[in-house]
Amino acid sequence: MKKIEAIIKPFKLDEVKEALRDIGIKGMTITEVKGYGRQKGHKEVYRGAEYTVDFVSKIKVEIIVDQSMVDQVIEKIIHAARTGKIGDGKIFVLPVEDVIRVRTGEKGIDAI
Amino acid sequence: MQINGADTAFVLISAAFVLLMTPGLAIFYAGMVRSKNALGTIMQSFILISLISIEWVYIGYSMAFGPDVGGLIGNLSWIGLRGVGLEPSANYATTIPHIVFMIFQCMFAVITPALITGAFAERMRFGPFLVFSLIWTVLVYNPVCHWVWGAGGWLNKMGVLDFAGGLVVHLSCGTAALAAALVLGPRKGYGKENIIPHSLPMTLMGTGLLWFGWFGFNGGSALAANGIAGSAFVATHLGGMAGMAMWITIEWVHRGKPTTLGAASGAIAGLATITPAAGFVNPNYAIIIGLLGGLVCYGAVAAKSKFGYDDSLDVVGIHGVGGTLGTLCVGIFASTLINVCGADGVLRGSFSLLKSQILGVAVVGLYSFGMSFILLKLIDRFVGLRVTEDTEIQGLDLGLHSETAYSE
Repeated sequence: MKKIEAIIKPFKLDEVKEALRDIGIKGMTITEVKGYGRQKGHKEVYRGAEYTVDFVSKIKVEIIVDQSMVDQVIEKIIHAARTGKIGDGKIFVLPVEDVIRVRTGEKGIDAI
Repeated sequence: MQINGADTAFVLISAAFVLLMTPGLAIFYAGMVRSKNALGTIMQSFILISLISIEWVYIGYSMAFGPDVGGLIGNLSWIGLRGVGLEPSANYATTIPHIVFMIFQCMFAVITPALITGAFAERMRFGPFLVFSLIWTVLVYNPVCHWVWGAGGWLNKMGVLDFAGGLVVHLSCGTAALAAALVLGPRKGYGKENIIPHSLPMTLMGTGLLWFGWFGFNGGSALAANGIAGSAFVATHLGGMAGMAMWITIEWVHRGKPTTLGAASGAIAGLATITPAAGFVNPNYAIIIGLLGGLVCYGAVAAKSKFGYDDSLDVVGIHGVGGTLGTLCVGIFASTLINVCGADGVLRGSFSLLKSQILGVAVVGLYSFGMSFILLKLIDRFVGLRVTEDTEIQGLDLGLHSETAYSE
């Protein structure tokens, strides 16, 4: 099993969610996050004073999938989240040792 | 004198309008601070409704408006509102019950120290803040109010005109704010971290409430439901709108974009600037005064960064500078064609009023700055003005009040 973490532009969340639902992904966890990479922050002006805001708002999507699904999920996320402009985000793939469903105690692939 | 029902009703409702300005100011300021200080900032204005109203009843009103002692102060014969009853006063607003005049003036006393709080936002301890606000009202607001508005007050007798508080409210709070910013020092991280407003919609809502209340503040200062009240009402509106238009126009040219905080700031600058002049000038001059308010206050706020002091919410640049400018504008634009109880300014061929106005600005500005500076230094020496560094980082809401404005 793998965990796929995708940092995406907030307004792309709905498209990513729909795309993943279409390939049978049944759940996800999202978090509002801030960060920066190649996309620099922006300037804000209050009463004539200029401030540089370094951290840009993003959404982090986390899903756990079977090894066999990884490439397909990545492809769907890229397709849905891409605008072609700087700041489209990143995808991380991490190994997952186990998954347990709290209600039933099921483990592994059945618990996803 | 006979009590006039219309005048009484008008001044009573105006008093309610002016009361509304203090909660309005609370959210105007709260929107401009970081979210961790929203409640602490609201509280610094809100609690003064209680503190200063008590002060006003038991000592303040008598000091400000009681029988004159040497032009300097009212005596204490009206303490606890003794003799302030349902009959009109002999000297003030002689067509309404004395107690109505008293409560109208109470609302001015409440909002003036509340305005100062913008200068020391996000870093002052609550107890010392209460002590400062109370003593400041007794030692600065009450005497200045007596000098300018009290029967027999020495600036009043020298011909200084202040229709609704350019000197008494705005210059006195603005110079006290400068003293506070200097004594307390800048907020932690000022100039290095991004200390930016957490909710400008809140600030804009506060601006709306302040503008609305200002009709009672300036219109009500006619103390009668008459033509002067109408004229002051119109001048107030025109001053505010002109200040807003001017501020965002300059900002647009200077910074490339018009901002909502600029619109709010310009409106307040225009309203503060027209305040001393509202009942003395015609509508065209009110617009000019409002435009000047937007222009000069924008410049004053922009210049702050060059001086390096942290007047956090620009009380000096908007109220101090606006109050000064408006008071001087009275000396230029006032006309007895608008108000026979006023005087003629430079444009009507008389220079003596302008001289009086300059004197008023110098006296009130220096007195309030000096007294505030000494008072703050003393309180700082004996009990300390600033919150601990931990509290400042954590925020006033949790640190001082054990609450948060926004739950998760």
